[in-house]
Amino acid sequence: MTVPNDPTPAPASAAPPKPTRLAPIVTLDAKFFWEAADKGEFVGERCADCGEFRFPPRPMCPRCHSVRREVVKLSGHGKVYSWILPRHPMPFGFKESPIVAVIELEEGYRLVSNLYEVPFEQVRAGMPVEVFFAPTMGNHQVPVFRPRAK
Amino acid sequence: MARTFREAAIAGVGATEFSKESGRSELQLAAECSKAALDDAGIHPSEVDGMITFTIDNSDEIGLCRCLGVKDLAYTGRIPGGGAAAVATIYHAMALVNAGVCNTVLIWRAMNERSQYRFGQPHTQAIGPQAGNGTGSLLWCMPFGAQTPATWESLAAQRYMQQYGVTNLDLGRVSVVQRKHAATNPAAWFYGKPITLEDHQNSKWIVEPVLRLLDCCQESDGGVAIVVTSLDRARDLKQKPVHIVGACQSIPYNVEVISNYYHADLALMPEAEGTARRLYAQTGMKPSDMQMAMIYDAFTPQVLKQLEAFGFCGRGEAKDFVKDGHIELGGSLPVNTNGGLIGEAYIHGVNNIAEAVRQVRGTAVNQVPNVQHVLVSSGMAGAILAQG
Ligand SMILES: [Zn+2]
Repeated sequence: MTVPNDPTPAPASAAPPKPTRLAPIVTLDAKFFWEAADKGEFVGERCADCGEFRFPPRPMCPRCHSVRREVVKLSGHGKVYSWILPRHPMPFGFKESPIVAVIELEEGYRLVSNLYEVPFEQVRAGMPVEVFFAPTMGNHQVPVFRPRAK
Repeated sequence: MARTFREAAIAGVGATEFSKESGRSELQLAAECSKAALDDAGIHPSEVDGMITFTIDNSDEIGLCRCLGVKDLAYTGRIPGGGAAAVATIYHAMALVNAGVCNTVLIWRAMNERSQYRFGQPHTQAIGPQAGNGTGSLLWCMPFGAQTPATWESLAAQRYMQQYGVTNLDLGRVSVVQRKHAATNPAAWFYGKPITLEDHQNSKWIVEPVLRLLDCCQESDGGVAIVVTSLDRARDLKQKPVHIVGACQSIPYNVEVISNYYHADLALMPEAEGTARRLYAQTGMKPSDMQMAMIYDAFTPQVLKQLEAFGFCGRGEAKDFVKDGHIELGGSLPVNTNGGLIGEAYIHGVNNIAEAVRQVRGTAVNQVPNVQHVLVSSGMAGAILAQG
């Protein structure tokens, strides 16, 4: 379920390159998200009282103001909302410009991630995508996306 | 001081030179521009009783007071949100004067943002994820290679461009106009250096397919300060008073500065629409009352989106509004007549406010005829300035 930063397959004989992608900055309220990602799970935060999803994570539900939250496994399916290619300067930790995209998740909210396994020119708004995980420095993982298998 | 309502006015503006290497400390830049603004107003520096800057300004209030010899400061405040703070400083200063709690409010922003650190480079270490600095961009963008203001801006701008069929060529026209304005402004870094649309299209991609190099503001060293006092007092001071007719902020639910991907429709700019609504309601004015506008232009798409949000044209129409020449000197709504943050300097939007003041006074180098009202916007905050 994981790929190196650089989606180009390495020669079979080479040792897997050390991840150079920046590790996430982990705050107390978002620890659940990154800890799940380390295990290859894509999760979200929902109000335990009214069921409202919220992102970015936060300690209180903006609808009913409950502080009770539950972590739920997400489908990992979403659609491309917007996408770009940072050319200059090359982002820290990347050898080639990654496609950076805003993904609209099936559960109804958006997050920033990367798109792989599709050329930049072929990305379209609304393109269905699915999650997988990419390694970072410090032995962590972050959720990234690719076109959804038919 | 009696706490009775008083109208507020800008009595002085001051600036250092704009450069790429100031050769002195940020505090010195802050002190120099502050002294220049107070001299412009004809107010002795010791009389400052309120001070406002951005959360991310590195100079200490007390340090600046010690330079200016401020005898008794009644108020200090800092405004979060990076460049969105720019016009909010005017709003806060106005409110302090309106409320009768301060008499001489000094606003400053001074930085060695080119020689000492690089705002445009990846923010991997430069700024920690503390409140007021834009935490979302660091927490939820960095590992994915979105590490610069240009990339954060582009993720939302690309949606705007998709929605309304805006191309990078359309954005280039904004840059060409502003560089034309800068070319005749001796204070501008790009004085005497206009560009063509071809130059723009030949500049390298910073973020494809949104921003080329010439869509981005500069990185600059320099400082700008503004002095706000009561309108009545300003009338007796050195310069023609510039009345702050109204000023406000708007930060709608789920909007954040620059890494702003969570509100309902990223083709819109709800913070600027909210600012426009509140500002027009507060002042009873409308877009057609403005003879010109100073619009925060860290990147060209922001100019298009704010032109629409403030009602100078309809949604999706800004690219044609620009193409038809409306925002040029001689057009129906000259915009960023100093060259803006792209052409003059990037003093985080405060140099654009100073230009609005000069235009109302009638002392700008690229003077627009008969300026009665100027709209000044930094996206999350806006103000209307008028002859007082
Ligand atoms: Zn709830």
